[in-house]
Amino acid sequence: MADSGIKALTEDLPAPDFETTAFTTPPPLSEATVAIVTTASLHHPDQDDFAPTDIGYRILDGSRRDYVTGHWSPNFDGAGFGYDMNTVFPLDRLDELAARGVIGRVADQHLAYAGNQFDLAGVRMDSGPAGAAWMREQGVDIALFTPV
Amino acid sequence: MSTLAHVFEAAGIATIALGSVRKQIESTAPPRGLWCDFPLGRPLGKPGDPEFQHRVLAAAFALLGATEPVLAEFDEAITDDGAEMLACPLPPRHDPDAHPAVDEARGLRAAYDRGVEMSAGRFGAGRVVGADDIPAAIESFIRVAEGAAWKEAGIPGLPMRVAQDIRSYYETAAMAMVDHAPPAWAGTRWFYDQTETGKVMLAARTAMREQGAPQPMWFYLTPGDR
Repeated sequence: MADSGIKALTEDLPAPDFETTAFTTPPPLSEATVAIVTTASLHHPDQDDFAPTDIGYRILDGSRRDYVTGHWSPNFDGAGFGYDMNTVFPLDRLDELAARGVIGRVADQHLAYAGNQFDLAGVRMDSGPAGAAWMREQGVDIALFTPV
Repeated sequence: MSTLAHVFEAAGIATIALGSVRKQIESTAPPRGLWCDFPLGRPLGKPGDPEFQHRVLAAAFALLGATEPVLAEFDEAITDDGAEMLACPLPPRHDPDAHPAVDEARGLRAAYDRGVEMSAGRFGAGRVVGADDIPAAIESFIRVAEGAAWKEAGIPGLPMRVAQDIRSYYETAAMAMVDHAPPAWAGTRWFYDQTETGKVMLAARTAMREQGAPQPMWFYLTPGDR
């Protein structure tokens, strides 16, 4: 068993077709509010876990550190996140960058989705826009997307 | 993930997507993509290495200077050679009346509890089956491996989720028995190649496939290339 063998199983999956690629120019990083959007199915223990076909999102409180992953796929290494959450959800690193003035501010809340979804239309038309709109309401300028 | 990046970008949020699979990030073409040739499950590369993680973030944020969609490659790869395996002791036989896999799981409980504490609860069983019920869950897969119909074997939930709890129970225990960040997949290989329960899970997967179980039910019991 090797990482390359597992990647080979996924690398040719059909990709969604976007006729154009949206492109937003953010404010300078040192003035921007930065959030994380992860598709690692992270959630707090008191939130609902992600079912395999759950295309919704969970709001992660940046002042907490009790994140667990509910990702259903067996095709990723979970020990890295277990050892150090920043391997997937680099919130401590963002806090350090904010303290050094590299980024303006770390958002108070972040978002988690469950990756490896087959209903991409639902993500594209429903839960994706809803999460983006929520994040805009929080004043987020830049989102770092992390998978597992 | 890149689908979400397209959607968020269209909503006015500048996005940067980290990707571990080159072909995937090329074909999904997020507005700003950074391909990091790291093992799946480790998008920031190295657990417990803040300096390395900051290098990844610096490369990611550097893409904000682009004036059009961009895909870049991180300058260092972390390659899994498929061979590294954790060297973890396994408990001696304690209850001769128990199946070796069940006896083994019970013997790992103290290490599991330490692993849960080490990971601040991030890693472990509990999606469907809590630690107390892991031995019974293993017994259900023993029945499948020994010929019982998978639907009648008493698997306490969706098989893939129960299997994930069992694997996580073992890998959490393993994490407590080593004094460093485990290399990617090293705990997983230890589970499937060294433990009695790992053998049971592989045998149960084969049995379910041969019984004609729907493909997702047996395929996702283990990593896909097993």
